[in-house]
Amino acid sequence: MKTAVLVFPGSNCDHDAYHALKYVIGVDAEFVWHKRSSLDGFDAVVIPGGFTYGDYLRTGAMAKLSPVMGAVRRFAEGGGPVIGICNGFQILLEAGLLPGAMIVNDSLRFVCDYVHLRAGTDRTPFTRGIPEGTILKIPVAHYQGNYFADERTLSSLEERDQVVFRYCDPEGEVTRESNPNGSARNIAGICNEGGNVLGMMPHPERCAEEVLGSADGRRLFDAMVAWLGEKST
Amino acid sequence: MKEKQVTPELAREHGLSPEEFGTVLAILGRTPSLTELGIFSVMWSEHCSYKSSRIHLRKFPTKGPRVLQGPGENAGIVDIGDGLAVVFKMESHNHPSFIEPYQGAATGVGGILRDVFTMGARPIASLNSLRFGRPDHPRTRYLVSGVVSGIAGYGNCIGVPTVGGEVSFDECYDGNILVNAFTLGVVRHERIWLGTAAGVGNPVIYVGSKTGRDGIHGATMASGEFDEKSEEKRPTVQVGDPFTEKLLLEACLELMRTDAIVGIQDMGAAGLTSSSFEMASRGGTGFLMDLDLVPQREEGMTPYELMLSESQERMLIVAKKGREGEVREIFEKWDLDVSVIGEVTGDGIGRVRWRGKTVAEIPIAALTDKAPVYDRPAERPEGQDALQRLDPAGLPAPSDLGETWVRLMGGPELSDRKWVYRQYDHMIRTNTLVLPGSDAAVLRVKGTRKGIALSVDCNSRYCYLDPFVGGMIAVCEAARNVACSGAEPIGLSDCLNFGNPEKPEVMWQFRSAIEGMAMACVALGVPVVSGNVSFYNETKGKGIHPTPAVAMVGLLEDASKRRVQWFSADGDLVLLAGADRLGVHLGGSLYLKEIHGQVAGTPPPVDLAHEKRLEEFLREAASADLVASAHDLAEGGFACALAESCISGPGSAMGARVLNPYPEATRPDFAMFSECQGAVLLSCAPAKRDALLDLAGRFRITIKELGVVGGEYVDIEGLARVGAAEFRTAWSEGFAAALGLEG
Repeated sequence: MKTAVLVFPGSNCDHDAYHALKYVIGVDAEFVWHKRSSLDGFDAVVIPGGFTYGDYLRTGAMAKLSPVMGAVRRFAEGGGPVIGICNGFQILLEAGLLPGAMIVNDSLRFVCDYVHLRAGTDRTPFTRGIPEGTILKIPVAHYQGNYFADERTLSSLEERDQVVFRYCDPEGEVTRESNPNGSARNIAGICNEGGNVLGMMPHPERCAEEVLGSADGRRLFDAMVAWLGEKST
Repeated sequence: MKEKQVTPELAREHGLSPEEFGTVLAILGRTPSLTELGIFSVMWSEHCSYKSSRIHLRKFPTKGPRVLQGPGENAGIVDIGDGLAVVFKMESHNHPSFIEPYQGAATGVGGILRDVFTMGARPIASLNSLRFGRPDHPRTRYLVSGVVSGIAGYGNCIGVPTVGGEVSFDECYDGNILVNAFTLGVVRHERIWLGTAAGVGNPVIYVGSKTGRDGIHGATMASGEFDEKSEEKRPTVQVGDPFTEKLLLEACLELMRTDAIVGIQDMGAAGLTSSSFEMASRGGTGFLMDLDLVPQREEGMTPYELMLSESQERMLIVAKKGREGEVREIFEKWDLDVSVIGEVTGDGIGRVRWRGKTVAEIPIAALTDKAPVYDRPAERPEGQDALQRLDPAGLPAPSDLGETWVRLMGGPELSDRKWVYRQYDHMIRTNTLVLPGSDAAVLRVKGTRKGIALSVDCNSRYCYLDPFVGGMIAVCEAARNVACSGAEPIGLSDCLNFGNPEKPEVMWQFRSAIEGMAMACVALGVPVVSGNVSFYNETKGKGIHPTPAVAMVGLLEDASKRRVQWFSADGDLVLLAGADRLGVHLGGSLYLKEIHGQVAGTPPPVDLAHEKRLEEFLREAASADLVASAHDLAEGGFACALAESCISGPGSAMGARVLNPYPEATRPDFAMFSECQGAVLLSCAPAKRDALLDLAGRFRITIKELGVVGGEYVDIEGLARVGAAEFRTAWSEGFAAALGLEG
């Protein structure tokens, strides 16, 4: 079982994802430079957070043009599990692997804080075994995490069971106050129709160990390992 | 284009005194070219040469068993065992941040990060120390927003967490804010690189961003006072590009894993000039550089501009001859410019060529050895005695002590800094074990059990009233904060922010503060390994309070023994260690300033021997798991420390019921808000009580049992009682409210 952690110019959560996978979860992980055009031999792909190309254009708009994104597309089409975290989510949106777009937080300020998430669909490889309604404590750290899509897209996401996480209060209520960035319908993470591509703004790799304040993020990677284990048997 | 003729007048415009210009003429034996004048001017600026401060800086202890590199390099290095070391430094970016807050602060962060990674270390944490004018000054809100977002914009993008700091307000900073940035990195001993140019014939390689016209004469600007025209200096502020710096960081660390290089230094203040001359000076060599080979962003740049540009995100490397290809390959992989611009020579001359002509030819040893050093006159200001006079009995007693207490907790100095640190990514790299909001931040060192504790401190009111004692206190408080977290202070970096050194009163403040700091460092056994001096923090002739900010680095051998400042369990006992340090000390107190509108008196006394024992006691108490929390008494005295321990934790606010810690006080407000040095508020599980008291006895620390954690009120029996929730609200909303910012 081998996971790819993609590295673009400006990725900065790549080491954190690698650490969580390799030293906390204990699966094989390897950095993959963005100029590579093949993901052969990998079982899962992590697109980590960061400021690819400085976010000087729209977030993710440059990174989507990197050769590795062609390989990610093929990997996803083949049903392989892909998780894009923060800037990784933004790249997946720009690449069209997930619907919608990101705009600047409604506060117009960067926000780094612990938030609560209410789990939606459990059909992704990263949320299998995390029942709908589960409350997770996970940090966010972004300037452009305000998820935006037109009403039709938003309704379609809900109808097709593609909403994976919403911001909520500690009791699990999805409220306006618990939304750190103004995202539409409190959306924090969505998946593609197939369920194998997940994009989320919060950082599960930052809270995979209790010593960091929460180990809830570990559950996503544990789910991925279990899913891959089942698939290989 | 005809180059401007160098005259004594032009030299004066470049900040060189007639005597200094005379020395230049003597060194060269001729009139300098314009480029040479520029080089002398920046290298001999206060910012680069430390000409007014050097003789005093020598008073700091800079050695110790753990010190691998003291002052004089890009940053200091301290051993933390197991073949690892920490590399750290603090630096000011005051003048640019006042002129252009976002870019000024951002490039301050960028510069200090480069100082650390140029030595081979991966930066793992940043801090900052910020001083602004009074909260209701029309410019303050703009400056706070700009500086905070500038620090965030740079630090977040490059991916180094900003884990702590301090923000303080006083009208003395109305026209001259302070932005001091600190970064710490971790390195394996064998991967440490220094900024030296050795090996005749070795190539000199330029890497990173292209050179433009930005920041020309930034170092000279930072060495002069401000006036109404300071806004016009905006073009001398550099513009930061954190994305390029991230690439530069990764490329440099990748290169340093090879043995292709000899030395490396960042192009900070005075850009290509300081990096090339300083590296050659350390290596005892010379160099020949061809400016036509420098990657340039704009056309038609003169040699003067190329040598003085402070364009950001650039490094100068001396590689081993024949290994240029490896350097090129790595930097090209990261899409960065790389160009061999010259070579190391053996004649001790710095030679700069441009369009086939020699435009500068300067003996390097003379440039550095004959740099001016001043022992400037120092004199205690006439008004100092009057300033130190204070009659507490004459102060009106507040009618409602509870209301006064809430006002302090929700005021601009003590209120929650979450509005600020929420904008900083303080968790990236997943090492931050104690997030911002405690006395010290604590980070783990992956692959070990160790933890690093960090705190930055300075009470500038104390320094204003008595710079010697204030300097001691800055060191002691920073060390105490680190000790509260359970760590041993192992080294510090400082940023010495003062007014115009040509004024004897300012020089007296500077000298006194350094002597106080040095005395505390010696007593506590903490070396000063890096730092920076920022003079001329004056606008229209009015200087700031002396502000020697101290960034303390502490080591925990076992990070699981870390402690925080907040209470954690109902029923825990509340105790005060160093209870005999209490007294009626209102001089320079927050209470005196915020409630009575005065800055007067003398700072509380310091007992360095007690301080040392207290620190050892705190570490022992943490490592033996005897205490649950530890929080030092600082601004706002006992009452505010108690309230902070109750409400500053991540959970819901907690109450506590305690006795009056100082019933001897003649007035209740004095008992609550007097400040002192050397007292720490502790909490512990009842089962640990006896062992804790015993330990305090062994270290000869007076400890008093005061009460218990729990209930809905923060209650000092017989003095005042306030609901914990009321405190929490006032404290959380206070910062944004004081500045009129959106929460």
